[in-house]
Amino acid sequence: MREVPAKEITETVKDLCIEANTNLAEDVVAALNKSLAKEKSSVGRKILRQIIQNAQIARRDKLPLCQDTGLAVVFIELGQEVQIIGEALESAVHEGVRQGYEAGFLRKSVTEDPILRKNTGDNTPAILHVEIVPGAKIKIGFLAKGGGAENCSALRIFNPSTDREEIDNFILETVEAAGPNACPPIIVGVGIGGNFDTAAYLAKKALCRKVGAHNSGHAAQQWEKELLKKINLLGIGPMGLGGTTTALAVNIEKRPCHISSLPAAVNIDCHAHRFKETII
Amino acid sequence: MRAPIDDKLVAKLKVGEEVLISGKIFAARDSAHKLFGKNPPFDPKGAILFYASPTPTPPGAIIGSIGPTTATRMDPFTPDLLKLGIKIMIGKGRRSESVKAAIRKYKAVYLVVPGGVAAALSKHIKKSTVIAYPQLGPEAVLELEVANFPAIVAIDSQGNDLFEQARSAR
Ligand code: SF4
Repeated sequence: MREVPAKEITETVKDLCIEANTNLAEDVVAALNKSLAKEKSSVGRKILRQIIQNAQIARRDKLPLCQDTGLAVVFIELGQEVQIIGEALESAVHEGVRQGYEAGFLRKSVTEDPILRKNTGDNTPAILHVEIVPGAKIKIGFLAKGGGAENCSALRIFNPSTDREEIDNFILETVEAAGPNACPPIIVGVGIGGNFDTAAYLAKKALCRKVGAHNSGHAAQQWEKELLKKINLLGIGPMGLGGTTTALAVNIEKRPCHISSLPAAVNIDCHAHRFKETII
Repeated sequence: MRAPIDDKLVAKLKVGEEVLISGKIFAARDSAHKLFGKNPPFDPKGAILFYASPTPTPPGAIIGSIGPTTATRMDPFTPDLLKLGIKIMIGKGRRSESVKAAIRKYKAVYLVVPGGVAAALSKHIKKSTVIAYPQLGPEAVLELEVANFPAIVAIDSQGNDLFEQARSAR
């Protein structure tokens, strides 16, 4: 057994919160630059330039890219040969978020109760997903998920006889309904299969893939490329003011499912796509 | 342009036009709107309202990052506020038909700013003061002093809607 102090997890999460919120990942910057070169609308190009310039200012001045520094979503792949020493894993993660949002001057955007809506004041609790995997390492992924884009997400359970076109239409309708509100250009995470909760989880997990990287399956890869083309033909454009850049990527994750169902979930992230990961 | 805004200026602002704002604006979002009722904690006559709540101010800075939140969520509260005299709203995203009707009726304008460029926008803020509801934490109402704050007219006082125009141009 490899022993890892819980404190190390706290420290890592803390650093990831600040890093993700202030330093837009290279893959996202590269995708934005590529889109800028191709964008047909002049307003669209202007907005893309503003977005790229904002990323430079944020990095230089260590300022959050967006005022909505998100709900903290933490993905942990925990090697089964690791023993965590000290605090419980979950408390270590919440503590990391607490410290990161305080030290990084990040906005506290979590309410204690969904109806009463009192702010918890420290951006906890985080949403934590843990998977136990072989090995002796811990992989920690951090996604700062803003409300604007998250609110535009959707889930539908289709008939198993549904063809791909119908699923495509659902995805396109979701992106169209999101329009300017999701802060396009967006990243589209699609989860297909599993059940009600798994489809949604897969859609979120799909957002954590590097922009430009495709699903390893050939069919899914083709599907991603076709969907990206279709979405960019919608013409929503940067900020919803028209243009050829509506999405930077479409990432699909699939899972086996029940013979009587075909769940599909769409989770949208904005261009301020704040995902970072580290391996301990 | 600069607050207080009068009907003459409002009438001149046309959909798609880029504007620069200087002077006093107020920042408020969801929870504050719920508390406003018919009494926002500032003089609404000719005022500019920005749907926003910044990140915390780092030491030595004027403000943290600040940018627009989705205006659509403020729609249910908007007609009453326009009736009280608010002239300019700044946010991101679409507005409802009833907001558009109120914009025409009370002669107001809705401006948009890209979401997610809040580090860059913060450079246009010269002063920030909490003026109401400090108990709301990040959702407290702020009075901001801005300089050359850039925005685009998304719905003008005739009800022309930039998002709809962009949509039908596709
Ligand atoms: S959707 Fe994203 S970019 Fe837009 S305001 Fe929310 S967090 Fe910021």
